[in-house]
Amino acid sequence: MKKIRIGFLHSLIRLDEKLILDEFRKRGDADLEMVDDRQITFQLGKDRHRFGFDVVLERCINHSRAMHALVIFESAGIRCVNSAKVATTCGDKLLTSLALKVHGVPQPEVRVAFTEESALKAIEEMGYPVVLKPAVGSWGRLLAKVNDRDAAEALLEHKSTLGSYHHSIFYIHQYVEKKGRDIRSFVVGDECIGAIYRTSPHWITNTARGGQATNCPVTDEIRDVSLRAAAAVGGGIVAIDLFETASGILVNEVNYTMEFKNSIKPTGVNIPGKIAEYTIRAARGEFDAR
Amino acid sequence: MGECPVCGAKVPVGQGAVEGELLACPECGTELEVTGLNPVTLAEAPQEEEDWGE
Repeated sequence: MKKIRIGFLHSLIRLDEKLILDEFRKRGDADLEMVDDRQITFQLGKDRHRFGFDVVLERCINHSRAMHALVIFESAGIRCVNSAKVATTCGDKLLTSLALKVHGVPQPEVRVAFTEESALKAIEEMGYPVVLKPAVGSWGRLLAKVNDRDAAEALLEHKSTLGSYHHSIFYIHQYVEKKGRDIRSFVVGDECIGAIYRTSPHWITNTARGGQATNCPVTDEIRDVSLRAAAAVGGGIVAIDLFETASGILVNEVNYTMEFKNSIKPTGVNIPGKIAEYTIRAARGEFDAR
Repeated sequence: MGECPVCGAKVPVGQGAVEGELLACPECGTELEVTGLNPVTLAEAPQEEEDWGE
């Protein structure tokens, strides 16, 4: 069988990327070309021949570079994992919430406002506490739990005054009391391959912020909501943050360049192997591009 | 083996290392990036940016 030619789009190589690279090398059925987003240049209209990849696997750290590179690769007719659509949607929490809403996937209440005054009105209507999040951002960075009106006024003013323009797209999330833990599930294609609990005494439970990972059995509900959330944003390889509530599982966020190094041991799942396998199957056209 | 650009310590770089890989200096703890393999060169890793993440 012809060897697949894979463009491995990256910036820094973290342990996650190393593990994926190791899996490709173990398989031996793919030629890898490393594509550093700090060095790449595009020549619109000529990139298909310049690169000649069967597939691009995106593993950038910068969302903006990933999204734009994927748009360009796809415009050149090169299949990408994940797709530009998935990156665009998941990279923006507002677009993610809209996609979840359109597809009827359960999520906490979300309100959006563009001025301090309208944002304060929305927060007061929702009731305290709420969570203010930058629409673009990750790793729990700049999340703010707003407990009362004084905090709301101060935060909104600071974000308007000190932040770049996109911090004035006020994305307001209902605060969900998660009792010290949330769930991260991993979806590859049409399979929910595993899940972890992320436990922390802090209300932000990201493992990047110290949350501890332990295995979470994939129940029918977790599988169902995770697969529906993945489908809502366009499918592919995604990690989904879930809240457990009395009324059921809610989707908090969907991540398209998922980090998994802390989740292999608790889940017992070879997550980088699943990513490599899916990428090669995508390159071989074994399923429709999504 | 590379040299830490911050403290000058010798930093072991494994045979399977790749350009762009992150390492921590065993002496000063600085996060380093492998910028070359033949010969091995190391630089301070970039600082986190606003759109970094998953």
